[in-house]
Amino acid sequence: MQIVTTGVAGTMESSDIMVRIEPSEHEGIELTLESAVMQQFGKQIERVIKDTLKELGVASAVVNAVDKGALDCTIAARVSAAAYRAAKRTDYVWNGGVNK
Amino acid sequence: MSFDMNKIPHIGEVSAVHGAYDINAPVKKDTMTLKERQLMHNKMIGSIEEAIRFVGLKDGMTISFHHHFRNGDFVVNQVMEVIARMGFKNLTLAASSLTDIHEPLIEHIKNGVVTHIETSGLRGKLAEAVSHGLMDFPIIFRSHGGRAAAIETGELHIDVAFLGAPSCDPYGNANGYNRDNEEGSCCGSLGYAKLDAIMADKCVIITDNIVPFPNAPFGIPESQVDCIVKVDSVGDPKGIMSGATRYTKNPKELLIAKMAADVIEASGYFNDGFSMQMGSGGASLATARFLREKMIAKNIKARFALGGITGQIVEMHEEGLIGKILDVQSFDLVAANSLKNNRFHQQIDASYYASYVNRGAAVNQLDFVILSALEVDTDFNINVLTGSDGVIRGAIGGHPDTAAGASLTIVVAPLTRGRIPSVVDKVNTIVTPGKTVDVLVTDQGVAVNPNRPEIAERLIAADIPVFPIEKLKARAERIVGTPAPIQYEDRIVGVVMYRDNSVIDVIRQVKDVSLDD
Repeated sequence: MQIVTTGVAGTMESSDIMVRIEPSEHEGIELTLESAVMQQFGKQIERVIKDTLKELGVASAVVNAVDKGALDCTIAARVSAAAYRAAKRTDYVWNGGVNK
Repeated sequence: MSFDMNKIPHIGEVSAVHGAYDINAPVKKDTMTLKERQLMHNKMIGSIEEAIRFVGLKDGMTISFHHHFRNGDFVVNQVMEVIARMGFKNLTLAASSLTDIHEPLIEHIKNGVVTHIETSGLRGKLAEAVSHGLMDFPIIFRSHGGRAAAIETGELHIDVAFLGAPSCDPYGNANGYNRDNEEGSCCGSLGYAKLDAIMADKCVIITDNIVPFPNAPFGIPESQVDCIVKVDSVGDPKGIMSGATRYTKNPKELLIAKMAADVIEASGYFNDGFSMQMGSGGASLATARFLREKMIAKNIKARFALGGITGQIVEMHEEGLIGKILDVQSFDLVAANSLKNNRFHQQIDASYYASYVNRGAAVNQLDFVILSALEVDTDFNINVLTGSDGVIRGAIGGHPDTAAGASLTIVVAPLTRGRIPSVVDKVNTIVTPGKTVDVLVTDQGVAVNPNRPEIAERLIAADIPVFPIEKLKARAERIVGTPAPIQYEDRIVGVVMYRDNSVIDVIRQVKDVSLDD
């Protein structure tokens, strides 16, 4: 999946995560994460974001995420939505097994 | 004189006899009228600065404040600003509690004005800063009962108490409300200030509403007051208290509250003439609503309600469901007005409420108490002081006091808050020991402390979903995942005292972590 523009998904509400995905000039995922639960779940959130992008085939992107304590399923859903928007694609794979 | 002192038998052995009366000694009589006298010969002092000089504050002394003005308090900041300006150093600030509005204390700590703090709790930027190592001397956290005990035994000696009061007369009769005018603010009970007034060497009342003598009924009598300062405002009425504490609309909290009421009904403690206390959290307050329905349905009345009092308790009192109210702290205007108007709504001090060393505390007469928790562990230990990130953000309050005193201690908490589990292996900070906690009620089931098997039996017989607490913990983890342990520095920034003033836990400086660590 090629990131061609800026895609945003999510809100700043409690238990949600705001994900912003932008094109990157470099290979790889450049992630900045702010989280209300950084101490306890920072690594876990990072893993879910990167795994989700990997499953979507996103190899290069700048990702900015502001987490307000979202569960893993929410994080995966927001990352997918932001990625699809940033890739200008709508061929969603519902229940595509992104969230594992 | 018709007698000779020396010929009175045994007079030398009688104490409090100061020789013979001197008939020639001059007598100074104040012959003004009460009205004149109040204006001229009174205990009012022009400014906070003059009062500080008058009471003889010195470097290294202990000063105290109360927290009845909550987040609307202007007294601590006003007094501390003057103290700092006057150049005092190395003071111990022993407040009954501190909150967000006391952020300016950070500067006073940095400047060495305040070097020691005792409090029930800490919130906001000040709490953040302390958790990140602001102070050299750790903060001493005491429960309301533990603080009262420390003060009344003289172990926590208060040199000067600066006590804000919504009303005061020119001689120092002070209260959290008044029956003379509608001016100023209102905080209801002055329960946490009363003991400070009794025990402090010097007591300064800070008020913005001077009423004529006598300001009866009073929470603090003039006999305990050295001087009075009138300021423009003791606080922001909106921050001091809201109109009425609203019932929660959060469905999770309502579910917990309903379950808690069911637990009470089945527990064996729901009988005519029972006694109770409700904590201030959403779910514990809402329990009152469901309990009320059960009381009406079964024609059961409560003998008394204790504690932080809310409009809900007052409502039940006024409709005859609760006989008497013992009020150490009024949580809303309805409660404050009830204290003013209802004869059987009694103001009590912190020692009477919860001390373990006096000759009788009200917490010991509680059938049950409903308490909130930030964290509960599988040994039923409770944390209400530090957040899931290890940063201080709460207050001990009367939690351990009521948990120890009540026959049945019920703790209510959602199983998870956002991504944070409430039921964990080990709480970050032990505030209330698990052996004083009997039942945990969550939105996803109830757990009973194994040392109360009879309670578990009764709840199961009433079809209440009772699980081992480990099961609740596992359920929480299944939803949110397993949190990584919080990383702390070695340095201790807070010492948590149990109600008997033994150290039950410590709070360490938090480590700032990023993804790269």
